[in-house]
Parts: sequence; structure tokens; C-alpha cells
Amino acid sequence: MLAEKALDLIRELKRTSGGTLPPFNEDKIRQVLEEVQTLFEQNRDTAKYAAEGQHDVLAAIQLRHAGIQRNKRCLLAYLYNRLENIRRMRWEFGSVLPADVKYNMCEHEVQWFNQYNRLLANYMRSIGESGGLDLTQDMKPPKSLYVLVRCLMDHGEFETQDGTVILLKKNSQHYLMRSECEHLIRQGVLEHIVQ
Amino acid sequence: MAANFTLDSNPDSYFSLDDILASQEKVPCTFNTQVSNMGYMDQSTTDTNIVSGTKLELPFWLAKSLDRGSRSIINIDTPKNYKEVYRQIFTADPNVVDLHKLGPYFYLFGGKLISLHLPDNDDIASVLLKTFQGRFRRIMDGSQNTLNVDLTSQVSLLDEQERLLFSAGQQGLHDFQKWETRESEKLSTSTMVANHRKRKRFVLSSKSS
Repeated sequence: MLAEKALDLIRELKRTSGGTLPPFNEDKIRQVLEEVQTLFEQNRDTAKYAAEGQHDVLAAIQLRHAGIQRNKRCLLAYLYNRLENIRRMRWEFGSVLPADVKYNMCEHEVQWFNQYNRLLANYMRSIGESGGLDLTQDMKPPKSLYVLVRCLMDHGEFETQDGTVILLKKNSQHYLMRSECEHLIRQGVLEHIVQ
Repeated sequence: MAANFTLDSNPDSYFSLDDILASQEKVPCTFNTQVSNMGYMDQSTTDTNIVSGTKLELPFWLAKSLDRGSRSIINIDTPKNYKEVYRQIFTADPNVVDLHKLGPYFYLFGGKLISLHLPDNDDIASVLLKTFQGRFRRIMDGSQNTLNVDLTSQVSLLDEQERLLFSAGQQGLHDFQKWETRESEKLSTSTMVANHRKRKRFVLSSKSS
């Protein structure tokens, strides 16, 4: 059947859940491109007969052309949805992605991610008063300046804004500035305790 | 939030995964003319050509692009699941049918079928609407009133779009519950990070065992 391989790519994306990125399926993409190339060449060859007045080949041309269009749509959707996924991860994981996600990205995606990172950083620096505004902060409206947190894992030393160094050891509790520890909570290192 | 990675916000988009999958559903077609050199599409014969009169199940996207009114090279028939027999079943009691089994994109694909201008177009359209109306109450009831109960048996009967509705209802219920217990102001780990970590732990534990 036409465009069967391209559909496999789409199914593959559909299967994956949030928080993961499937490996970039370069092999399958090449196969799809080869299929498109074959269909295109066949069409180009038969188009000659059509121009000479043989109208019975028109149906075949139509059929193959639809196949090309479909393959194109699937490929573009595959790439686009992966990028969307990566973009979402930038907001959830922060500017450094986990190693296994990075490993599954292709070279162009890595490039895109770096550029996106730079754009976002430049933008965040340009807005707000001097020093910029971190858009990934305060995802929920802040109610207090300090929050009580508990460590869920050993994270090592952490230097606060006023210069004190605290040791984030598993199960220890700290009273930290909300703006400083929010990203650690988002990353699952700390747990927010509400009294 | 949960809807973010399960279904796209706009199912009509060119890049929508669901739209692509829904347009893959098969439509029975009959060829009016001979199509040369495309015989490999019909796996029941070894001919090099598709001969006139061949009946094939084509995916919707192909049927749609070949559909050119009366001068079309194919004749399109109504798919089995949308025919009179099934329409009667849906009208009798929409709540008992397993729409996921009848094509996980029952409504989305049904909507696409309408654009083919089949002879029983109006009937299909009204059955789609009535089926949804009949089922909606139960979906809403189930998603709005059950907290932390296993609903797999109910959800498994739903079509993809109904599942989206269902999870939206559940999400709303959970958010409300959180607000009531003042949990909503609590900062929490992002769901994506949590999922990623769970998966990693699973991989690590399966490696060590």
C-alpha cells in the first residue's frame, strides 16, 4: 500500500507518552523519501505519454501523486510534532535536557534546541526591569517570599543569594526563598511543604 | 495539562497526528477505469494493472483525492460501520456500543466521510450527532463524579475524542479537589519530569534484574 511506512512514523509518535522522546528514526525517513522518489520518477516518465495524448495513464498519475502528498504530510507532521515535544521539554526540564532525551535527538534538532534556548534567554533578558524576567518562574501565583521544603534526594551543596551554603541532603528540611528553589521543586529535587 | 501530549489542540491541523490517523481509515471503493502499473495495490491479483471494476479498500486520504464527482476514476461506497445496519444499532442504544472498536476515530472519521458526498450523507450526519448526544450524559456523569476509581471498563468503550472529553472532566474534578484541600498553591514537580523519572527508574530496575 502507498505511504504505509510514513504512517509507521506517525504511529510511533502517537505511542510515546510525555516525558520521553523516541529515537529519531532516520532509517524509516530515508525509506519514505525513497518511496517518494520512486513515485515521482514513475510519474515523470508516464507524464510524457500523457502529453502525447494517452489519457489512460492519467488515473495512475493521480494515484501516485496522492501518495507523494500523503508521504510529505506524514514526514512534516513527524518532524513538527517532535519539535513541539522538544519545545515543551524546554519549559518543563529547563535549559539542560536529560541525557537520554538528548541522545535521541538528531543533529538538526539539537541545533534547533540550542537556537531556541538562545532566543528564549535573550527575550527573557530583554523584558522586565534591569536583569530581565525569568518566565519559567512563578508558574503558580506566589503567596509568600519563603517556603518550607524537604529534600527528596541528595543534591549536594547549594549557595543561596546571601552567600550561605546549605547542604541539600535527603530528608533534610530547609526554609528557602521561593524564587531560588522553585526550579528545584519543578525538577523533583525538593518537595514543597504546605502547613 | 494531561491533554497536552495525548491529542492536539486542533484536530484539523495539517500536522495533527490524530487527523492523519483518522484519515487512514478504510473506505470501500470500486475502480471505474483501468489504472496502469498500479497492480501492486491489489494484493489479491498478480496483474500489473488495476482493471476496471476492481473493488478495493482504500484509505480515506486516497479516496478523497481521487474523488472528482461523476468523472471520478473511483466510486466510493459507505463504510460498513456507517451503513444502515450499524446506524440502527446506534439509534437503538448508543450507550452500549464499543466505539473504540468500531474505529478509534469514530466521530472524526465520520465527519470526514460527510465531505465525500455519499448518497446517505444526511443519515450519517444525523446518526453521528444523535450517537454523541446519547452518550454524552454518561461520559460527563462518569468523569465528573468519580474520584480515584478504576474506570477502565467505561473508558475502553469510548472513541478517541470522547476519551479526551473524559480526561478533561477528570482533570477538572481533580483540580477542584486540590483547590478544596488548599493543595493548589503547593508547588509540585512537573508531570513531564515525574514521568521521565519513573521511566528511567523502570529501565534501571529492569537492567539490574
